[in-house]
Amino acid sequence: MVEFSLPKNSVLQKGKEFPAPENAVNTRRVEVYRWNPDSGENPRIDIFYIDMDDCGPMVLDAILKIKNEIDTTLTFRRSCREGVCGSCAMNVNGKNTLVCTKAIEDYKGTIKIFPLPHLDVIKDLVADMTNFYAQYASIKPWIETQTPAPADRERLQSKEERAKLDGLYECVLCACCSTSCPSYWWNSDKYLGPAVLLQASRWLEDSRDESTGERLDELEDPYKLYRCHTIMSCTDTCPKGLNPAKAIADIKKMMVIRQQG
Amino acid sequence: MEFQTPLAKVKGLGTAKAGTGHFWMQRITAIALIPLSFWMVLFTKQFLNSTHTEIILWLASPLNISIAIAWIIAAFYHAALGLQVVVEDYVHTEWRKITLIWLIKLSFFFIALLAIVAIFQIAGME
Repeated sequence: MVEFSLPKNSVLQKGKEFPAPENAVNTRRVEVYRWNPDSGENPRIDIFYIDMDDCGPMVLDAILKIKNEIDTTLTFRRSCREGVCGSCAMNVNGKNTLVCTKAIEDYKGTIKIFPLPHLDVIKDLVADMTNFYAQYASIKPWIETQTPAPADRERLQSKEERAKLDGLYECVLCACCSTSCPSYWWNSDKYLGPAVLLQASRWLEDSRDESTGERLDELEDPYKLYRCHTIMSCTDTCPKGLNPAKAIADIKKMMVIRQQG
Repeated sequence: MEFQTPLAKVKGLGTAKAGTGHFWMQRITAIALIPLSFWMVLFTKQFLNSTHTEIILWLASPLNISIAIAWIIAAFYHAALGLQVVVEDYVHTEWRKITLIWLIKLSFFFIALLAIVAIFQIAGME
């Protein structure tokens, strides 16, 4: 059955508190989830008071400031710092987002930073994405054709055909949407989740791909696709402003059309 | 110790090659229940304001008895499909899940059957 309470070794404890520098005027309280697998201790919440007059504007800037100046043991993923790589997905004040494109100003009061929900934690803010990436690989996210490519040029698409990929190709696979989905929390071993289904839709919509039927066959399952109950947390949380719920609805529509049409 | 790759775990036993029928019928029965339930409201009104004989006469008309049976089929089918989703979402032990789903399906089938037989009996009183 679904577990609604945390296991004993996951219960949060009070952590360390790091006061702001004495001369700081404009401070912000930042609470960060910490867990070290080597310590044998429960996860804890550390509290940092950041001098905002000496910190960049984004949530990632505050995290980097903590790492560089206050506690170098803080562990997290980040790379591009401009919302393209998808590495720095975290849960901030209860909502998943990319911390590099999220301004501190957007929040009032304390900022609470947690790893993405309902994934195993590797350390601090680093979540285990193994299952998520395996699910992505399972939908064969590459073009599949029988017709050989033209000898003298690339496979052509009209502007209209290319436009069908808008809203799909921009996904950076940060997993904010999938880990905001309760259905994915309860059944992530079988349900592919919004991010991977949006990617599936990206290949179903591609005019150059010749495996639409086989791709739909692979999704025709009560769990892989139909665990989506359209509560739209995915669309609400997507830091890139995409609409995975619509992509999933489009896949369901294709399924119905090929049976009923 | 297990050395199965993450991809093998994700692929599992493959797809069930089913799901669209369930999804589609849940929506079809939901839409069918809109007009049918308006009729049920009418029936309830009739039920509250008429005598026993009047109700039996009203229910015995071919149109009314057909709509009553259609409502029963749609409502119980829809309810069984919906409860199946709840079990699939929240029950993760395979034998419990399969047992519960079949218990739901058979129970609702039996209740619907009981209701239909009862309606025929009522109509037969006329």
